[in-house]
Amino acid sequence: MTVLGNLALWTAFLVGGWGALAGLVGGLRARPDLQQSARHAVFAMCGALLVAVFSLEVALFRHDFNVEYVAAYTSRNLPIFYTWSALYAGQKGSLLFWATVLSMFGSLALALTPRRQRELLPYVAGVVSLVAAFFLSVMLFGGANPFQRLPYTPLDGSGLNPQLQNPGMVFHPPMLYLGYISITIPFAFAMAALLSKRLDTDWLVAIRKWTLLSWLFLSIGICLGMWWAYVELGWGGYWAWDPVENASLLPWLTMTAFLHSVMIQEKRGMLKKWNLALIIGSWLLSIFGTFITRSGVISSVHSFTQSNVGYFFLFFLLVAGTASFTLYATRLPLLAADTRLESMVSREASFLFNNLLFVGIAFSVLWGTLFPILSELVQGTKVTVGPPFFNQVNIPLGLALLGLTGIGPLIAWRRASLPNLQRQFAVPVTAGVFTVLVLLLAGMRDGYALVAIGLGGFVAATIVQEFARGTNARHRQYGEPYPLALGRLIARNRRRYGGYIVHTGIVMLFVAFSGMAFKTETEATLRPGESVSLRSPYGSTYTFTHLGISQYDALNRLVTAAAVEVRRDGKRIGMLNPEKRQHVDSFGRPTFQPSTEPSIMSLLREDLYGVLGGVVNGTEQAVFRFTINPLVWWVWYGGVIVALGGLVVMWPGGGGSPAARRSQAGYAVRLVGEK
Amino acid sequence: MNAGTKFAIGAVLIVGSVGYLMASGVKQTGQYYFTPSELSQKIAVDRAFYNVGMKVGARVVPGSVTRDLATKTLRFQVTDGTVRYPVEFHGLPPDTFTDSVEVVVEGRLHPDGVIYATDVLAKCGSRYEAVPKA
Repeated sequence: MTVLGNLALWTAFLVGGWGALAGLVGGLRARPDLQQSARHAVFAMCGALLVAVFSLEVALFRHDFNVEYVAAYTSRNLPIFYTWSALYAGQKGSLLFWATVLSMFGSLALALTPRRQRELLPYVAGVVSLVAAFFLSVMLFGGANPFQRLPYTPLDGSGLNPQLQNPGMVFHPPMLYLGYISITIPFAFAMAALLSKRLDTDWLVAIRKWTLLSWLFLSIGICLGMWWAYVELGWGGYWAWDPVENASLLPWLTMTAFLHSVMIQEKRGMLKKWNLALIIGSWLLSIFGTFITRSGVISSVHSFTQSNVGYFFLFFLLVAGTASFTLYATRLPLLAADTRLESMVSREASFLFNNLLFVGIAFSVLWGTLFPILSELVQGTKVTVGPPFFNQVNIPLGLALLGLTGIGPLIAWRRASLPNLQRQFAVPVTAGVFTVLVLLLAGMRDGYALVAIGLGGFVAATIVQEFARGTNARHRQYGEPYPLALGRLIARNRRRYGGYIVHTGIVMLFVAFSGMAFKTETEATLRPGESVSLRSPYGSTYTFTHLGISQYDALNRLVTAAAVEVRRDGKRIGMLNPEKRQHVDSFGRPTFQPSTEPSIMSLLREDLYGVLGGVVNGTEQAVFRFTINPLVWWVWYGGVIVALGGLVVMWPGGGGSPAARRSQAGYAVRLVGEK
Repeated sequence: MNAGTKFAIGAVLIVGSVGYLMASGVKQTGQYYFTPSELSQKIAVDRAFYNVGMKVGARVVPGSVTRDLATKTLRFQVTDGTVRYPVEFHGLPPDTFTDSVEVVVEGRLHPDGVIYATDVLAKCGSRYEAVPKA
């Protein structure tokens, strides 16, 4: 199958190169034949890459250990879905996955874009082909060909790293990849608009839709990554400000900023330059993220093995950055704003501040991630910053942003009047203040947590108020019963109310994050029968009693498990069974280091998180770490609601005519470009 | 004063506070990152580097690891090939910690020449390919 795979890679590379040339030249010279050929090139490249993926999967499932990639990431006793996911477990396979998914997105974009945006398509095809061809060139010339054969055939492969053997591994990387990769599509449309000088509303619609899709995948991917880190890595948290995590957060921040500021461009014709810069920036950040995870320039706990693939990406990043911003600069005169900011107390102004905060957070995260390199360049001494830096900078900024989440949607476009402000904010402000008072009375004294949950109460109240008013209005106007009125309200105004659903999820996330301020943990060495107690932030006492150790063989591992009984205030509520696993190959030889499998009991208010550190010298005496993590489930709930809200916004068919879109805005403002 | 000017003032305030938060954050939470050789050179000229929070990136010396699970004490040596430092750590090391892996030790060097670690991060030097997050 490697012959077929190699052939497919080369075909895709050559076709991609042709597609890039034909698309760009065909667009600039207005040659319909070349334009058509570029479109076909993207489809053909997609087909060739699918063949390559198929060949690699066949090699994986046939356990063809003569193929270096297969030997490196799978073994005979690896469960079948991890064998499948080995496709993107390693550097080489993940590059193939990248190129394939990009070509699929590109084909979809070309097939689905409506006829009136035809002029943009050759450029879109060209840019997509160019980016995919770059990834293929890394595989073919950067020593990252997944079809490379070994001079001998091992009897069994090394197997997949045990930390990757988790159901999260099957979903988390593809989701994150889908997010990362699909940013190329809005970027391609942005480049197309700049190249074709068609800088009207059409391109904006296409870019917004694709950015939303990309944002949705990235949001889901990041949440799944947090979940995977939490249930698998055993350190008891879900976000560590690791460079790789930061790399996924950066484009998410800039895309979120764009999804807000694009509304100002649609409604008021402002911020055209800013919006294009955000899209180009988001895409460059996604390539930057790919670069730092693969180059080893920044030490991260989960980087790929060091390789010269990094130089390819650095080179590509510099060239692509220079090229796109040069093009951008030459088109600046065409991007003048149609209107000006009229008042500080307006939705435009609050969205502008929201954008500054998003970009500020992104900048500080980028700065902190690159600080070791920057400080070494400037001072000659490497200085690193860790989670304390990111928390210190981003908690205040994040809280300001949370406040704007409540203010922005309620304040009028153009200029808000005093009665408008009173009508919109009286109830929510009261709700926020009330929340803080209740928490103070309950004994909460952590400043940031109080502000976070208080603001959460405020924002939640603004959202409830919006839904209640809208539902009421429909009920009165059309006589619909309340549930129907609510359903139709959302269905007929998907962007607006889907956005509110996303905001609800964000509020839950903020509240859940602030719960981590009250995390408590203890480490203990226990003999069977001994116990340790931990007081939860809510005042109850948990007792963990070590009952004993058991050892057994599972499919591809030896398991050492502890049985720990959990009591809350003396009442038994269940068991924790943290494990140590030693993975073995099909001949029973150990592979990898022993891995830790935490045991988690999730309650509505808090998680009990138990880790087995080890067993003392073959006895049943064991070392444990127990952690109480408040409100963790709310992170996952919040993530699900963010994703659902995103789906509501994206669901096709909503909105429709310009008049309907205008009424969604809630204010009689003429849409830009609308006659 | 028109809206544009007012907005500019607001923008300057936001940008200023981001800058201030970043500068103070680096000042208060920044940690030196040394290899053992760099650390020994620094300490030779300036004793102020004792008892300062820092990170030391090095490789665990094979055979130097002693674990006492009952007291959760981990002792090992780290080296970059030229200089060695003994390390003492209380707590549970990560799964990937073992002989000859690359580690980042977070802690303080005491005048007795031992690095007292508050945290040990390990990555498997030979072949650690973790989740492709990007």
